Amino acid sequence: MAQVQLFGLWGSPFSCRVEIALKLKGVEYEYIEEDLSNKSPLLLQYNPIHKKVPVLVHKRKPIAESLVILEYIDETWNERNPILPHDPYERATARFWAKFIDEKCIFALWKACWSEEKEREEAAREACEHLQTLEDVLKDKRFFGGDMIGLVDIVANFMGFWLGIIEEATGVKLLTEEKYPKLYKWSEEFVNCSAIKENLPPRDKLLAYMRARYGVSITY
Amino acid sequence: MANEVVLLDFWPSMFGIRVRIALAEKGVKYEYKEEDLKNKSPLLLQMNPVHKKIPVLIHNGRPFCESPIIVQYIDEVWKDKAPLLPSDPYQRAQARFWVDFIDKKMYDSLRKTWTTKGEEQEAAKKEFFEVLKTLEGQLGDKPFFGGDNFGYVDLSLIPFYCWFYTYETCGKFNVEAECPKFIAWVKRCLQRETVAKALPDGKKVFEFVSAMRTNLGLE
Repeated sequence: MAQVQLFGLWGSPFSCRVEIALKLKGVEYEYIEEDLSNKSPLLLQYNPIHKKVPVLVHKRKPIAESLVILEYIDETWNERNPILPHDPYERATARFWAKFIDEKCIFALWKACWSEEKEREEAAREACEHLQTLEDVLKDKRFFGGDMIGLVDIVANFMGFWLGIIEEATGVKLLTEEKYPKLYKWSEEFVNCSAIKENLPPRDKLLAYMRARYGVSITY
Repeated sequence: MANEVVLLDFWPSMFGIRVRIALAEKGVKYEYKEEDLKNKSPLLLQMNPVHKKIPVLIHNGRPFCESPIIVQYIDEVWKDKAPLLPSDPYQRAQARFWVDFIDKKMYDSLRKTWTTKGEEQEAAKKEFFEVLKTLEGQLGDKPFFGGDNFGYVDLSLIPFYCWFYTYETCGKFNVEAECPKFIAWVKRCLQRETVAKALPDGKKVFEFVSAMRTNLGLE
C-alpha cells in the first residue's frame, strides 16, 4: 500500500488543491477517484464525519478538509517549496485570505453564475465586491504568495481555473480583464505555473460537465 | 519595541472568549476594549474592514481576525509557554479539523435553539445533540481533547458552555442528562483558572439573550 493516498474527485477544486500541494513538494502518492453517488467503504471509514473528498491518508492515518490537509502537507514535507510563510504575521494573513476565499468568495461566485435571473443581480454585486477585495490584496505581486505560489494561490484555484469555465458555460461574466486587471493577469500566470497546469482537470471535459449537469444550452 | 496587545471583543462572544483564554494561558497582558455591536467603533471597522466582526487582536498595531487564526498566531508568537496546539503534524491536523467541525456545526445549530420556535427549534435541538455525541466520541476516555493537556480544541469549545443555560432554558432540554461525559469534560476545564475567569456567568448571558428574544418577538 502506498505511503500516501489521496481520495479525490477529478473535477473538484478542493481535491485539486491537495494534488497541487503534493506536486509542489515532490511527494509521490496513489490517487483514488471517488464516485460521490456511490462512496467507497474506505472513504466512509476515513472521513466518517463529513463523508467528503478530498481525504489524504498518510501512513494509514486520514486527514480531511482541504485547508487542514494543505497545512499538514506543508509541515510534514517541509524541506522544499513552503506553502505558508515563516513569519507569524504573514502566516495569519495567508490563513485569513484562504478562509475568506473558502467561506465567502467561492460560494458568492458560484451563486452569481447559477442564480435565477431575479437573484443574480444581488449575487453578482456581492461576488464583484469580493473580487475587488482580492484585486486589492494582490496589489502588484505576481502571486498572492509573492514570487512563488503559496497557500492563498492554491486555495484560489477556483478563481484561477474553474470560474472561467463556468463563465463560459453560463454566459455570466465576472472576472474580466477590464474590471480586475491584476487578478485577471494572476489567473493567467496561475494556470501556466508548472505545478498547477499538470494537476488541472481537462478543460473540455470540465466545460462539457458544467454545461450538461446544469442543462445550459450552448449559444453563439 | 513594547509588546502592545489590544483585544476588541464583546463580552458574551464565544469566539472572543477563545482569545481571552489563549492570552491568559500564555500570561500575555493586554488591553480589553468592549465593542457595542450596534454601534461599531471606527477602530474595529478600520482593523477588520472585510468582516467588521469581533474578536480582533491588535498586536503592535497589526490586526488579526477570525478566532482560530488569532489563537494559532498567539500560539506561534508566545511559544515558550503553555503550547496550545500539539507539536506532531498529524495531531495538529486533527486539532484543526475538530475546531473547523465545531465552527461549522455548533454555532448554527445552537443559535437556532434560541432564535426559533416549534419544529425548527426541535430540529435544531436534535442536530445539537448529534454534534455533542460526535464530540463525546472524539473525546473518548481522554481528560481533554488534547489528551492529558488542555489545548486548542478544548479552548475553542469550552466558551460555548456559558451559553448552555440559555440554550437549555429556551430549548427546554438538559445537556447533562443526555451527554454526561461532555459535562464532565466541561467541569475539568472550569477547574482551570484561565477558563473560569474568562467565561461570563451563564445567567448573565441568559438575561442578555432574553432581551434580544423579546425584540425578535420570541417571548
